[in-house]
Amino acid sequence: MRQAVIQVAGLRKTYGRTVAVDEVSFDVLEGEIFGLIGPNGAGKTTTMECLDGLRTADRGRISVLGLDPRRDVYALQERIGVQLQQAQLQKRITVREAVGLWAALYRKPVDGSRLIEQLGLADKRNAWFMTLSGGQKQRLFIALALINDPELVFLDELTTGLDPQARRAIWDLVRGIRHRGKTVFLTTHLMEEAERLCDRVAIIDHGRVIDAGTPAELVQRHCPERTVHIATDDAAAAGWFRAIPSVDSVEADGSLLTIRGAGADLVTRVIACVAERGIRVIDFRTELPTLEDVFLKLTGHAIRD
Amino acid sequence: MLRGLWTLTWLEVKIFAREPLGLIGSIGIPVVIFITFGRISSRARVSSFNPDVPSAIGADLPIMASLLITISTLLSLIAIVAIYREGGILRRLRATPLRPYTILTAQVLVKLLFTAVTLAVMLLAGRRYYPVDPHVPLLSFTLALLYCSLSILSLGFLIASVVPTARFAQPIGTLIVYPMFGLSGLFVPVAALPAALQAVARVLPLTYAVSLLRGIWRGEGWAAHTGDAVALAVMFVVLTAVSARVFRWE
Repeated sequence: MRQAVIQVAGLRKTYGRTVAVDEVSFDVLEGEIFGLIGPNGAGKTTTMECLDGLRTADRGRISVLGLDPRRDVYALQERIGVQLQQAQLQKRITVREAVGLWAALYRKPVDGSRLIEQLGLADKRNAWFMTLSGGQKQRLFIALALINDPELVFLDELTTGLDPQARRAIWDLVRGIRHRGKTVFLTTHLMEEAERLCDRVAIIDHGRVIDAGTPAELVQRHCPERTVHIATDDAAAAGWFRAIPSVDSVEADGSLLTIRGAGADLVTRVIACVAERGIRVIDFRTELPTLEDVFLKLTGHAIRD
Repeated sequence: MLRGLWTLTWLEVKIFAREPLGLIGSIGIPVVIFITFGRISSRARVSSFNPDVPSAIGADLPIMASLLITISTLLSLIAIVAIYREGGILRRLRATPLRPYTILTAQVLVKLLFTAVTLAVMLLAGRRYYPVDPHVPLLSFTLALLYCSLSILSLGFLIASVVPTARFAQPIGTLIVYPMFGLSGLFVPVAALPAALQAVARVLPLTYAVSLLRGIWRGEGWAAHTGDAVALAVMFVVLTAVSARVFRWE
């Protein structure tokens, strides 16, 4: 059984009369990539900043690496790495200087120039911060978050504003962090990012956690519907498919059949049927629900409202 | 805990030096003013107390030019803090083991360093037109200027706390700083001001800075200006304490 490195129970934080997060509870296990997902303003950043010690929670029990971020913030900061949303550095600080400064702040820093190389910033080491591209800036912030060889890394909206190619490169870097045995806690409003990157996620909306689990579990639990599109010239095929127990409906549009049903074994059963009956298939395509669909179903609104 | 202080201070010195406009503004302007007015007064001056020459550009020129240095560092400090706050740089630094007061101490050290450098450049570059009397205790004067700068810069943190955005930092800073300069006793003796303005002048650090610096320049010594030194120290403590309470990191 893996240990929980973050335990949150009944977290609440208000700003004046606005309740930013309420009754938020979840655990993050050692060595996993955990995603807190939800739309902008859902309370993701507030939750994260209550965990990494930047904000003080009004209520709730929080344990991060066995420490209380309210009381032991300085001890905690030695052991965690943080990347903040929309942070900047001095315009004219170079990559090497920033990494050098961060290395001077921690008791046991790793080799800064190796870190710069690992993050693909070697040819930018003497470039000013203001001249870096969005992806390069984020890579530098990841480097700064890793300089103290942290056990736990917090990443807040890491890929927001990046183009798809840069985003994919960053995902690989985050997987690399997990590969080195570290735990990653990240927030994102991109469901695709959560689905591809996270081992487990918690969905948060209007300051409350609605559900948590692996992406596959959540899809299975809330959106069990599966759709299979098959193109065939076999006139009897629709009838065969209707006879499958987990199939709810089969619609025919010329030679194109749309088979709808529920359950994880629907696709398997359709394939078995095709093989058994020797149905000639011209095209075969499945449509599986995603976290985006789960989110829509649980909250009643799309994530980018 | 001052871990990171020297690294951060040295880095901020380098970063500041990379911004040509800031460098010209903070070092160049006081030097140019000192030389320009030094030339004017050197033509008119017979003794150091010629009544035809206004004291601010005559006998008090070094004091005025020195305080101009401090004022430009004050404005620059307000702008830097506002920019760092707005850009999230303060927030990012706060998420490290760096203590908040280390960040601010580093900024003050940078300003003090540039103050001392500018003073040296100014007196050296202007020595043809405004030769400094060998009896002037220059080391003591430099220390006095740095001492005054501490009080004045602590006012900067207070101003930086109230300015809403970086865009407003410069105009609001100017609006506060230049009237303070006008009331400091450099241009009109404080005793000659209307009673209401005298009261205002008495609570501004610049007034005591002028009195202290003028005294040290004339060789009166620190002992003769204990009152000014104490007033500046009290203001430093009060302003720092108030700033620490109202300072906003983001």
